[in-house]
Amino acid sequence: MTVILGQMFTGVSIGAVLLLIALGLSLTFGQMNVINMAHGEFIMAGAYTTYVLQKSIAGAGLSLIVALPVAFLVSGALGALLEWLLIRRLYLRPLDTLLVTWGVSLMLQQLARDIFGAPNVQTRAPDVLTGNITVIGGDDPLTFASSRLFILGLAVAAVVALSLTLRLTPLGRRIRAVVQNRDLAEVSGISTGRVDLTAFFIGSGLAGIAGVALTLVGPIGPTMGTNVIIDAFLVIVVGGIGQLKGSVIVAFVLGVLQSVLEYSTTVSVAKVLVLVAIVAFLQWRPQGLYTVRTRSLV
Amino acid sequence: MAGTAALAAVVALSACGAKTNSGSTSDKAAQADTSGDTIKVGLLNSLSGTMAISEVTVRDSLKLAIDEINASGGVLGKKIKPISEDGASDWPTFAEKASKLIKEDRVAATFGCWTSASRKAVKPVFEKNRSLLFYPVQYEGLEESPYIFYTGATTNQQIVPALDYLKSQGKKKIYLVGSDYVFPRTANKEIKAYAKANGMTVLGEDYAPLGSTEFSTIANKVKASKADAVFNTLNGDSNVAFFKEYKSAGLTATRMPVVSVSIAEEEVKSIGSQYLAGQLTAWNYYQTTPGAANTTFVKAYKAKYGQDKPTSDPMEAAYTSVYLWKAMVEKAKSFDPEKVKAASDGITFEAPEGKVTVDGASQHIYKTARIGKVGTDGLIQEVWNSGKPIKPDPFLKGYSWASGLS
Amino acid sequence: MTTTTPQVPSVKQLRSPKGRLTFLRPAAGFAAAAVALFAVAPLALSDFRLGLLAKYLCTAMVAVGICLAWGRGGLLTLGQGVFFGLGGYAMAMHLKIADAGPGQVPDFMQLYGTATELPWWWRPFANPVFALAATVLLPMAVAAILGSFVFRRRVKGAYFAILSQALAAAFAIWLVGQQATTGGTNGLTDIQGFFGYDLDDPVNQRMVYFVIATVLLLLIALARQLIHSRYGELLVAVRDSEERVRFLGYNPANVKLVAYVVAAGMAGLAGALFVPAVGIISPALIGIVPSIELVIGAAVGGRASLVGAVLGAIAVAWARTALSEEFPAAWTYFQGLLFIVALAFLPGGLASLVGIVRRRRASRAPEGEAA
Repeated sequence: MTVILGQMFTGVSIGAVLLLIALGLSLTFGQMNVINMAHGEFIMAGAYTTYVLQKSIAGAGLSLIVALPVAFLVSGALGALLEWLLIRRLYLRPLDTLLVTWGVSLMLQQLARDIFGAPNVQTRAPDVLTGNITVIGGDDPLTFASSRLFILGLAVAAVVALSLTLRLTPLGRRIRAVVQNRDLAEVSGISTGRVDLTAFFIGSGLAGIAGVALTLVGPIGPTMGTNVIIDAFLVIVVGGIGQLKGSVIVAFVLGVLQSVLEYSTTVSVAKVLVLVAIVAFLQWRPQGLYTVRTRSLV
Repeated sequence: MAGTAALAAVVALSACGAKTNSGSTSDKAAQADTSGDTIKVGLLNSLSGTMAISEVTVRDSLKLAIDEINASGGVLGKKIKPISEDGASDWPTFAEKASKLIKEDRVAATFGCWTSASRKAVKPVFEKNRSLLFYPVQYEGLEESPYIFYTGATTNQQIVPALDYLKSQGKKKIYLVGSDYVFPRTANKEIKAYAKANGMTVLGEDYAPLGSTEFSTIANKVKASKADAVFNTLNGDSNVAFFKEYKSAGLTATRMPVVSVSIAEEEVKSIGSQYLAGQLTAWNYYQTTPGAANTTFVKAYKAKYGQDKPTSDPMEAAYTSVYLWKAMVEKAKSFDPEKVKAASDGITFEAPEGKVTVDGASQHIYKTARIGKVGTDGLIQEVWNSGKPIKPDPFLKGYSWASGLS
Repeated sequence: MTTTTPQVPSVKQLRSPKGRLTFLRPAAGFAAAAVALFAVAPLALSDFRLGLLAKYLCTAMVAVGICLAWGRGGLLTLGQGVFFGLGGYAMAMHLKIADAGPGQVPDFMQLYGTATELPWWWRPFANPVFALAATVLLPMAVAAILGSFVFRRRVKGAYFAILSQALAAAFAIWLVGQQATTGGTNGLTDIQGFFGYDLDDPVNQRMVYFVIATVLLLLIALARQLIHSRYGELLVAVRDSEERVRFLGYNPANVKLVAYVVAAGMAGLAGALFVPAVGIISPALIGIVPSIELVIGAAVGGRASLVGAVLGAIAVAWARTALSEEFPAAWTYFQGLLFIVALAFLPGGLASLVGIVRRRRASRAPEGEAA
């Protein structure tokens, strides 16, 4: 019994990581149709920010807290720069954004290697986040990893913050207006260029936050972004482009599916099965779990 | 399409090369360029891609050895000129770059490769062109190429001693965790054969794809198995995620120690002693290994690349490989691979890991096995060694339990 | 929101004006390419460089298919690595069986497997005719099954791209996991012979090069025929407005399917010929990264132009070799920069440069577009 509960928790925590890394994409890919392959490198930038901060701030806990907003700004700034320099020219060619940002991702990886060295770097996690919390005691205790609980909390907080921003703030209204009808938004006096820039800043910033979270569970190195990028895109595609709730549900479903299959088979088999399941699902619902109805023919 | 017919004729005309069964092996061995007052050698490491995290330090170490040798007069009066190529963590690229080094640069020898997959990809290239490769990383054994010198440990110098150590510590139930590629799968096959013959039980066996960084389920499985110890053959990035998850699951070095064969000082530095302190490693060299040769090596490395840079087993094996090649060339008085090979048997070198001797028959080297424990300072302290260098036995012929393996 | 590419010739522009010149130009192009491939390159290049050129030509074959499916049909095929791999493995399996000799299993199976006899799904590949046919038909069959589902359900654009990548990743992971029968991460290496010819012999390596160059020219000719046929026009129409084609009474799913399947067959053939040229096929050639790299070559050259896509693929592969030899520790900067500049600032690829120059130079001449 504890094994099953433990695995469920593991699944949810895998889902939380997936959600965090994909959340930024729900804006840049989901809302703006940009297939940003450098999103993984923005995650990497967030992780390296944590590393740099830790060198100047002694306490592991404090530096982690400080790293969250700083990483948001660093990755966000990188994203805004990318939007301003390149993406701006490519809004009519969404598939080309994939290839151009692939080039950007190659360069950012090499840049990280030249600045921080090729080997992975290390950050210290605060001691509270390296242990676990016992939920059910006894002979066969059920424990939840505290780093995972932290990431889960962070993911939930980020989703709530993002959806409130989109729903309630003037900026959110403008973003939704531009997504739904760019021309109409423009004639209504919205500066679409500035909205694009801001949306890309937020989306990339969220990648930075995901990077901070990943330092607790994974390696910090030049190729850490490439390890997660495709999973992140799959979450958005299966969830339905432009739908936050779809991505949230799909992230957790995929997490649980992966952990259950992994427990009963092997990691490789589980990965293959999950990918095949996704392909099959898209046969059934080609537009993802939730779809936005538009009048567009394409 | 009249042109096509003409083309076909060209093709047919040119198809007059040797048949596979004709036995006429082409005598087209690439000649090393020995003119001039420098001699070129190739450095073949991944400088980009996932494997760069490990291989760049090997390249640095090779360059250190070359600089030292050049400073003391070079080899046979010639300065060594290293030509570095990027294998890009991609096996066909390794093969391409190996060909380039041999055929275009006409190097006298090549140093490098890390993963077994990259070695398997370049092996035919070196054999066909009769050029030498010095391979500096511990590997799964079961291989003897006439044109490769293996300066890292083979299984009986690393994995078998580690198992002996676990057995002596009373660890009877073990769990195997590894990356999904040739080295872990082959090593685990050998471990299972050993366990069967030595009254140990293997409770489980899990593989994660190379580069995989999600280990919570594997940690759960390991925890639920209640094993005495874990034998870890994970490589690269995966180790970081695995040990973070291991600690989160509440598993400790005292409760269930992990013996790792791919975690050296460099990896300890990137994972953090926070997660690794107390865990075991099996190698032939540690930064803390005593001896004058090692003191000099560590000092020189830090002076060249930075005080915070650790030295590790593969780096040491790479460093040693250049000196071994130099000694072989000087004994042969020639850069010719055949003569170098012929001169190799019995060459010794006071390496940082202690005295090593080349076994000419297998082209592996005698190495001392050392079990170490990760300290809170990030260094690895030796807790056991084999006392004397162990004779390399890549096919494990000297072990009865291994008879069914190859 | 439309996914059309600007500066890509429309259906109207493709229809060439009647005249001798348009008839002669492709013929002259072919002659020039044949001279370059069959006379200049073998004379000017060392055995090693010619071997590399053979490898680049294989990626160019994939680019021919990508030009058709993506440039003309608008299908961003980010999973060409799968088809390349299917063709490559089919060929390599046969060659490994042939190397091992009758009654023997390939070397790696003796090492990693417990297999003393071939697995059942290896056995048919012992037959050279079956294996050769499989290099093309297997990828085409997989593409047909997959495509008929995907296109009927109208999966397109980014969905299709990401889905293709997921498949490429799944295939590569699966291959790695089956070490005993597929060689795992190592792939199938150390291939000695090619239908009885010793690949060790430089003369035979040259032969392989000539075969590859011939096949490439044939594929280009085939693609050209397709592009200039009625079907080719329909394909561009589907790319530019699928709904309109549907209203006209055609089923766009079938139109796309043909392009997808043909592209898959070309990728399979390329993979099959890559094996004797390079002597190795491995999962590293199949996953997401190589699939993207295959597409980028075509995009840099000009996805909608056959000549552009082919030259682009060769140029990008060559640049990779040249840059990494010159700057082993920094070449990815240049590679990344090349992709960015070519794709962000030249949407039609390098091929569009020709058009731009020509348009500027001869504003008098009304038509200057050629595929």
